[in-house]
Parts: sequence; C-alpha cells; structure tokens
Amino acid sequence: MSTNNVDTGRRRFLVASTSVVGAVGAAFVAVPFLSSWMPSERAKNAGAPVEVDISKLEEGRMLTVEWQSKPVWIVKRSAETLANLTKNDASLRDPASENPDQQPPYAQNENRSIKPEILVLVGICTHLGCSPTFRPDIGAADLGGDAWLGGFFCPCHSSRFDLAGRVYQGVPAPTNLVVPPHKYLSDNVILVGEGEEAA
Amino acid sequence: MNSMIKWVDDRFPLMKMWNEHLAEYYAPKNFNFWYFFGSLALLVLVIQIVSGIFLTMHYKPDGQLAFASVEYIMRDVPYGWLIRYIHSTGATAFFIVVYLHMLRGLMYGSYKQPRELIWLFGMFIYLALMAEAFMGYLLPWGQMSYWGAQVIISLFGAIPVIGDDLTLWIRGDFVIGDATLNRFFALHVIALPLVLIFLIVAHILALHEVGSNNPDGVEIKKNKDANGIPLDGIPFHPYYTVKDIVGVVVFLFFFSVVVFYFPEGGGYFLEHANFIASDPLKTPEHIAPVWYFTPFYAILRAVPDKLLGVGAMFAAIGLLFFMPWIDRCKVESVRYRSSIYKINLTVFIISFVVLGWLAMQPATPTLTLLSQVFSFLYFGFFVVLFITSKNEATKPVPDRVTS
Amino acid sequence: MKKLITLFMVAVMVMPVAANAAGGGAKLLDAPIDMSDKESLRRGAKAFADYCYSCHAASFMRFNRIAKDLEMSEDEVREMMIHTRGKKGDPTKIGELMRVSMTDDYAKEIFGTKVPDLSLTARARGADWVYTYLRSFYADPYRPTGFNNTVFPDVGMPHVLWSLQGIQEPVYETVTHGDHEVEQMTGFRMAQEGTLSSTEYDVFLGDLTAFMVYLAEPAQLQRSSLGWKVLLFLVVFFVFAYALKKEYWKDVH
Repeated sequence: MSTNNVDTGRRRFLVASTSVVGAVGAAFVAVPFLSSWMPSERAKNAGAPVEVDISKLEEGRMLTVEWQSKPVWIVKRSAETLANLTKNDASLRDPASENPDQQPPYAQNENRSIKPEILVLVGICTHLGCSPTFRPDIGAADLGGDAWLGGFFCPCHSSRFDLAGRVYQGVPAPTNLVVPPHKYLSDNVILVGEGEEAA
Repeated sequence: MNSMIKWVDDRFPLMKMWNEHLAEYYAPKNFNFWYFFGSLALLVLVIQIVSGIFLTMHYKPDGQLAFASVEYIMRDVPYGWLIRYIHSTGATAFFIVVYLHMLRGLMYGSYKQPRELIWLFGMFIYLALMAEAFMGYLLPWGQMSYWGAQVIISLFGAIPVIGDDLTLWIRGDFVIGDATLNRFFALHVIALPLVLIFLIVAHILALHEVGSNNPDGVEIKKNKDANGIPLDGIPFHPYYTVKDIVGVVVFLFFFSVVVFYFPEGGGYFLEHANFIASDPLKTPEHIAPVWYFTPFYAILRAVPDKLLGVGAMFAAIGLLFFMPWIDRCKVESVRYRSSIYKINLTVFIISFVVLGWLAMQPATPTLTLLSQVFSFLYFGFFVVLFITSKNEATKPVPDRVTS
Repeated sequence: MKKLITLFMVAVMVMPVAANAAGGGAKLLDAPIDMSDKESLRRGAKAFADYCYSCHAASFMRFNRIAKDLEMSEDEVREMMIHTRGKKGDPTKIGELMRVSMTDDYAKEIFGTKVPDLSLTARARGADWVYTYLRSFYADPYRPTGFNNTVFPDVGMPHVLWSLQGIQEPVYETVTHGDHEVEQMTGFRMAQEGTLSSTEYDVFLGDLTAFMVYLAEPAQLQRSSLGWKVLLFLVVFFVFAYALKKEYWKDVH
C-alpha cells in the first residue's frame, strides 16, 4: 500500500462534499420521523370545530358542549344582565379585557362576545384548571349577597368571574376566562373552534 | 477540538477503541462483493430499531386495538405509511443480507479455526433474528399473524410429556390471544433487540480478536512488515469505511425501490391475508410462513411424523452450528477446494432455494415427494462434507492474497 | 356443429369462462383500473357512496382524506357520502371515519353473516378479485337473494348492481371427466338487460375497483411521487461516494 503522491486537497474536497450530501440525506430521512409526531388525522378530527345549535337556549340558561376535550359554555344573557356588567368594573382585574391572550379580537369588547346576548367561554378556571360552577343567581348569600350580580364560581380555590367571564380581584385566578375562537354559521348555529380571520 | 478529544481520552478509552477497531484494525485488502453484507446487516439493524421505535409510538399491543392501530399508522399518522413500509421491508432485507452473509462464510470457510466462535455467535444471532421476526409478525394481528403463530407454537406441543403444558405457558392462554400478543410485543420491542445487540457486539469483538478471513482463505498475519503490519492488510478506516459507504448507498437504492414501489413484494413481504383482521374461527386457505422461514417449513412438512418433522426442522438449523467441526478440510476458501465440495455446496444452495419455493405451494403428493428429495439433499450436504472433507483433494493455497 | 359454434361464440361474447361447478377459485379477469386517473377515482367514489356505503363500512377511511386526495371540495364529499349524524344528533365532522349504522346482529339476521368492512378488501383479495366478483353474479333461485356468485359461492350479498348490469343466467355444458359426465358451468348469458351496456358496466366497475384499491391504501398516490426523488438523491450520493472510494483506494495495490 502506498500513501505517497496523495492528493490531500482532492481527498479533503471529496470527504467534505460527500459529508455534505450525506448530511442532507440524513436531514431528509429525519423529516418523516419527526413529522410523525405532529397531530395525526385522528387527533386533528377530535380537535376539529364543533357546531352548536342554540335555537332552544332560553334566556338565563347555559349550554355546555365539548371542544378539544374541554367544556365550552354558551350562555344566553338578558338585557338586564348586560346592563349589570359595567357595575362590576371596579372590582375586576381586567375589566376592559386588555390581555389579548384571553379572547379573539372580535370578543374584545364590553360584552366579550360577538352577539351581545350570547356569551361563549371555555369553562376552565384560569387558576389551576378546575371547571367553575354557573351561578347566575343574583344576590347569592354565599357569594357576597347584593354585591353578587351573577357569574361563575370555582369550587377548588374560590375564584370568581362575572357574566362576561371576567375575573374578580382578590381571587387566585389571574386572568379572565378564555373566549374560544368561534363564529356564527347562521343566527342559531355557532361553530366553536374556528373564528372569522381578521380582514 | 483536539483538546476536547484528549479530555475524553484521558477518562475513557476513546482513541484506544478507535484505533483497535477502525484506524489500526488491519483487514485483508482483497475483500470482494461478498464482504459488504456484514456492514449492511448492521445498517439494517439500525434501520429496524429506529423505524421500530417510531412504530411503537402509535401501535397498540391489544387484541382489540392492534389491527386498527396499524391502519391508523398507515393512514392517520403523518408519514406513518413510510415508517411501516421501512420496517416491513427492513425485515425482509435483514434476512436477504444475513443469508448472503452466511453464504460468504460457507464459501470462504470463515467458520474455521480460529474463527469458530465468531460463527457460533453468528448462528445465535440467526436464531435470535428468527425469533425476533416471528414475534414481530404476530403484532399486526392479521389472519396470517394469528394462524402462522398458531401453527408454529403448536409445534412445541409435539414434544413428548411437556408439550401441552409448554404451549400453554408460551401462549399464556388456551388459545393465541391478548396475553400472547402482549408478551410477544415486549419480547419483540426490547428483550430480543437487547439480546441481538449483545450478540452482535460479541460477534464483532470475536472477529477483531482474530482478524478477518478473506476470499483466498490466506492468513494475512503470517506475512508482516518491519512494523508488524500485515503486508496484505489495510486499515479498516479509511479504506473499508469508504468502500462500505458505497455499499450502503447501493443497498439503500434497492431498498427504496421496494419501499416506494413494491412494498408488498408481490405478497411475499406483506402478505395479502394479513390485511384481514385475525379471526379465531376462520383459518385462511393457505397458511405459509413468511419467505425467510420457508426452507425449514418445507423440511417440517416433508416428514410425515409431527415430532420427527419438528426434530428435522430444528436439526436443519442446528447442524449449521457444527460447521467448523463437520468440515474437516484445512483449506478455507472454495477457490482452492475440490470439485466435490463445489458441487456439494451448489446442491446445498439449490436445495435451500427449492425447499423455500416448495413450502409456499399446497402440499400435494408430488410436491411432498419433491420436498422429501430436497430435504434429503439438504441433509446430505453435511454428511457428504463430513465424509469427503477429511482427505479432500485441494489445490495449493497461495502465501499472499491474489485479488 | 353450427349449434356448437353458436354456443361457443355466445359464451365468449357475453362472458368469459367461469369456474367449474364445484365453485370457488374462479379464473380472475384483469381489472381495468388506472390509479393515475383521478376522474375515474371520483366516479368510483360516487359509485361506492351510492351502492356500497349503505351496508358496507370503510371504517379506516376519513371523508376529508377522500376530498384531499381526489381533489374534491369537502362540501362535495359531504353531499356525496355523509347522510347520517353523530350519536347525539350532531352533524358528522368531515374528518370522521366512514362508519355505518348497521349492527352485526342485524346483518346476521338479514344476510346470514356480518357485512364486511371494505377498507382493505382490495388489498386482501386483489383488484382483479374485486372486479371479477362484481361481474360474476348470476341468477340462482336456490339462494335467498336470488343470486349466486362464481367468485364467492353462496355469498350472502345481494346483487346490488343488478339494475346496472342486468341479470345473468348460467350456461351449462355437459363435460366428460374421465369415465363420467358432469354438468359444468361454462359461462353466462344475459337474460335481462340492465341500464348499462356490457362495456359501460365494465367502465363502471373499473372506476369502483380503482376507488377500492385507493381505499385500501390511500398513501399509494404519494408513494411514487416521493419515491423517485429519493432514488434520484441516492444516485447523486452514489456519484460522490464512489469518487471518494476510488480516490482513497488509489493507495491500495
């Protein structure tokens, strides 16, 4: 075997270029394996938007549906309820819903909804994830008597939210209840999980 | 960079291992086509482990869910179909590579002294590989999975006295079911791969201890230069690393042709009956094992008695273990051996292939007779070899390698 | 002689030779399918939806996959295939699996056996089997459905496509086997015309069979397009790897 007259330059070039091609190949091979971790069609279908028919929802009542394994509440609020909302403002952490993570742009308003009377919320307390109870009863003794204008009460650590899902001060939950992306397919059908894209 | 290497090397035998097994492992310079298959076997092992790991991320080892989970992988998991085909093609590729690797050993006498232990480790690897493939094949839980396992496990029932208890213990139930599936999953995914890896490390260490054989069967350590380096030896790295990369690329080309264009392999790599979910109440028309088991299955079927058939089948594999002692010829490579040996070996290879084909046909009287003839020839190889190898008319073996 | 020729020509013209009277193992015809023809696959999907999907599930397949692979809109697929709702009455999502509501017990009662899921049939039996099977129903008064099938003797499935194909009757011939004579079925004869001609029915079946082949392995439409890119890369890699090997092996004599 002879290692005289070795063209080291050519060898270095060939080693380098073959290594580069090999590395590119390795990257290509990695793609399907890494992609296999992305949500499968089954997961995507389970997480797909859900159609909800609210034609039978009465005023003052709440309907619960499941979306992405989470409870989603739909509440039909009366005009009186809507009027009461501003009265809470002083005792709320984020009355103007300034935190952009808690609702889509079209729900960043006084009523935190598209249609004033229909409230759509993800029913998971923003503290540690329990599902609060629906307490529309105004003046409930255990929730502060006259000061309580209706809302949601979380049994785990006593966090409280009003009937726009806004969190009160002095409770463990840090933020307002999340409004999920949603849109109206018709007057009585809401598609939960997909909202109108901003223009 | 060098200081980092030195830091590790002061604490770990990094350079020692690098030199001993790669940069200063002197391999004969005349390795030919038949010498690709060792490194290719290692490649396929890696392919199977990686694709297998990713399959276990989605597969469900439960009798109710297994079949559907494979279709979930094929349809719903992004690129799941590709990972599945890589694994199924890899299983077939493993056996093609291993059979050619073993054939090289037979042709060049690689099992002879001082390499008997390498051969023995290799035979145990072959056994472990067959077990691994058999257990893996149950997992899709199709008709062929179920009934193939039913037939093979019931063979153990032929063993006198303990047979029935043994099969009950293997299955974990009175029939093949969820219990069997779950334990085969555990064995296939972790137990046997660990055994395989240990055996492969032992196989390579045993090889490096004595040095590689070559197509001329010449012992290169007999002729060393002033520095103690074999005259006909070249360092494995860079010469064989660079050559094996070419082998890998060519292999991957053929592998990809199958994966992307012929994953079913005409029904030999992915059997049609396995696309039907297992039904304990309905046996498929033709039960045949996967192609890589077929020669031994043909031998089993050729013998009319159940227990003797099982015995013959195991003997067919078992005899191979004893090659270093059955073959008493001192000359290693077929290049310098007698015509008798060449004919004997050729007949053996033909018998192996024909038996494989016969196993896939229905057992008609004519074909059963043919199976018996070729089984006879198969076993005849060992008998003829033992008798004729002692005083075989060999050609003179050169001192230095020729090509 | 003339009669014999006429009979032979009728048999050849109308239908190919079927299996012997023992049934099963009928000679399979070549299925006229073209998997690259998306229009054919779309027609096949419609045929599947109209004739098969009421009883047979395809429960490994999702509706939206068909829309994506066959280049149809989700609304088109919904209109073609989704006619039921979920368990709670909610609309079936486009990503759902193609199940049916028929229970196994009901099927056993009506048809004598479970109705098999068709997701993998084309893969388990082969396209030629599916095509020949759908062509080989013939009138048989002894069967509860009034039909039998040379490819699948005594099948429980009714001849759903009878109105398209028409009704075939078997043609028997006396054949000598060794030293005795046997009545053997040698072909079919069209007893009642259907709405499709023989050629049109073949095209229809070709579409349906192609769709079933797609159903069994939807990934096949992507396999080949990815495949040639992989092979091309490997050829390029080979050139570099081989040059590298040759360069280093200059040292070895």
